[in-house]
Amino acid sequence: MKMTGAQILIECLKREGVEVIFGYPGGAVLTIYDELYRADIKHVLTRHEQGAAHAADGYARVTGRPGVCITTSGPGATNAVTGIATAYMDSVPLIVITGQVAVGFLGRDSFQEADITGITLPITKHNYLVKRVEDLSRVVKEAFYIATTGRPGPVVIDLPKDVTNQECEFNYPETVNLRGYRVLKSVNALQVTQAARAIMAAERPVIYAGGGVVISGAHQELWELAERRQIPVTTTLMGLGAFPTAHPLSLGMLGMHGTRYANYAVSDCDCLIAIGARFDDRVTGRIEDFAPKAQVIHIDVDPAEIGKNVSAHIPIVGDVKQVLTELLRRLDTCAGETPWVRQIKEWKETYPLTYERSGELIKPQYVVEQICEVTNGEAIITTEVGQNQMWAAQYYKFKQPRTMVTSGGLGTMGFGFPAAIGAQIGCPEAVVFDIAGDGSFQMNSQELATAVEYKLPVKVAILNNQYLGMVRQWQEFFYGGRYSYSDISCAPDFVKLAEAYGAVGLRATRPDEVRPVLEQAMAVKDRPVIIDFVVDRTENVCPMVPPGGSLTNMMGG
Amino acid sequence: MKHTLAVLVHNHPGVLTRVAGLFSRRGYNIESLTVGVTENPEFSRMTIVVDGDDQVIEQVTKQLNKLIDVIKISDITNEEAVERELILVKVRANPEVRGEIMQIVEIFRARIVDIGRRSLIIEATGDENKIKAIESSLRPFGIMELVRTGKIAMVRGTKDKG
Repeated sequence: MKMTGAQILIECLKREGVEVIFGYPGGAVLTIYDELYRADIKHVLTRHEQGAAHAADGYARVTGRPGVCITTSGPGATNAVTGIATAYMDSVPLIVITGQVAVGFLGRDSFQEADITGITLPITKHNYLVKRVEDLSRVVKEAFYIATTGRPGPVVIDLPKDVTNQECEFNYPETVNLRGYRVLKSVNALQVTQAARAIMAAERPVIYAGGGVVISGAHQELWELAERRQIPVTTTLMGLGAFPTAHPLSLGMLGMHGTRYANYAVSDCDCLIAIGARFDDRVTGRIEDFAPKAQVIHIDVDPAEIGKNVSAHIPIVGDVKQVLTELLRRLDTCAGETPWVRQIKEWKETYPLTYERSGELIKPQYVVEQICEVTNGEAIITTEVGQNQMWAAQYYKFKQPRTMVTSGGLGTMGFGFPAAIGAQIGCPEAVVFDIAGDGSFQMNSQELATAVEYKLPVKVAILNNQYLGMVRQWQEFFYGGRYSYSDISCAPDFVKLAEAYGAVGLRATRPDEVRPVLEQAMAVKDRPVIIDFVVDRTENVCPMVPPGGSLTNMMGG
Repeated sequence: MKHTLAVLVHNHPGVLTRVAGLFSRRGYNIESLTVGVTENPEFSRMTIVVDGDDQVIEQVTKQLNKLIDVIKISDITNEEAVERELILVKVRANPEVRGEIMQIVEIFRARIVDIGRRSLIIEATGDENKIKAIESSLRPFGIMELVRTGKIAMVRGTKDKG
């Protein structure tokens, strides 16, 4: 049957099981939108293309299914670039369909033309410019396959307007044939055996679990490994939720704003089992001092991650779940509490995460703790970037994977709120909380209109310190307290802003108001709620490893 | 140390950008990069000379392998391979020195491909050392213009078993 490019695109998306698309129409994608008008795919109209990309990203992170967004050409596509880069850094499967000027207008600096395949080359797993309608269905099939297999990532499909109008016979390929792209199916048994031996022989092992555990759905295998061999588990920011924070073997997060006990454990361990983690500089600090006594086992689906920053003694390339399943077959149960676990317990008691609980001012950490209590640790937490993100990571006790949605790699301010919208659409029954800073929230607050339009009960807890808090903290620590342009006290009244959009606005200025407003927010089921928590302006995130410092050399906390 | 990588890629538009872009954004140093279509028009072969230690070369290879259009990468640095570069040199050649230049061309088994009133264009192929040698031999006459390809390389013999 002959179909237009736009019809083919919609049909392909349906066959890939796409239920929702986030997007924003424009000249180059009008034919696609005309088809969408009658298609039975839900379309969520955001108020900015960056919002669409983050929302699709949030949807993908909580559901594990690829997120899809559509933008028009030129400025529409470039507005999505931050969203694409965010997804790339955190290995999120995202399909971004960008409109493009007609093929004949390409390369002529035509109205609303931007070379988006060129622009997104370094921030996509792959991208396509489809110049012939005959290629479209194959390209869509390949794009979904590439985005979702191996190490996931964003794929851009740039679609010239005339291609969406042209007709051809529709055939959806059953299989993908990409000679240069092979997904590893088996695991090297010898290396797994070596790793098992090293783990059995270790006296002070530590698991360092990253986002790969969450992506692979390997949290149960991780739990089994930790419990069977009594191995303490520290997670990266992206790994939060992979292992319950309240578990006795949990060390919480490690690295720059990790717990003292996680950083001590890593610095002292004799065997470091890195699982789906990439030794980011925010984790390792000074690389020469990172886990200096450890034999390093590194498990990752992406071979390029192995040896990139830290060399591994035992590298294992493969899907984390598959590798851990193989590994568990070779490990017996460790009897009783080891001296190492006792040592960890002692560190946990001596150096707990803590903050000064003053009577007058709201402490941001307290707000996070209270959010955790009212949601019983079962909410989906999205975060913005900066102090709010680190307090969320430190003080929310995550229980389940895919409940922490944060921009780990790129550190994108403005991510949390649109991501919360996507998360709420992906999980309509869940309580979704965006733990936000006043600076970050203002970067994409226009999405309030989206949340109101779709009656999404997303809750935004603004930890309002009227500063770009993390910038201020660095200026205090490393720039002699010269607060160059980090004071953002000229801000909107967030309660009124919420109300202006038709959302609920609440405010707390004293510690005893925190819990009641949170409970009020929890009761709202048909619209977004913005809670303006006026917090202690000068509170810092502690402990902190100074950039480039060693993990054992922490400030504060 | 310099490594020579033979990279088989899909002959798609933009592949060169993908490969070259990967090198620049990851901070790897390309010494030379040549590309041309193979016996099968679906594929192109790139010969990339890259400078770096073993760790750099390992990362280059792994990162290149992640590109969907890259089919195969072989590090042929330590293989028995035929390596060639092509050079074109426009050299100042007044009548009184032409004979001398022609002798040099003869010695290097190069060719004169154009004759002007005061210049000659010389074409030579060979490995890096030969190209360097011919260049330095011609330099005293005055090189007006010079253009070199990067290196191309092919492993000798066949690896088929039996």
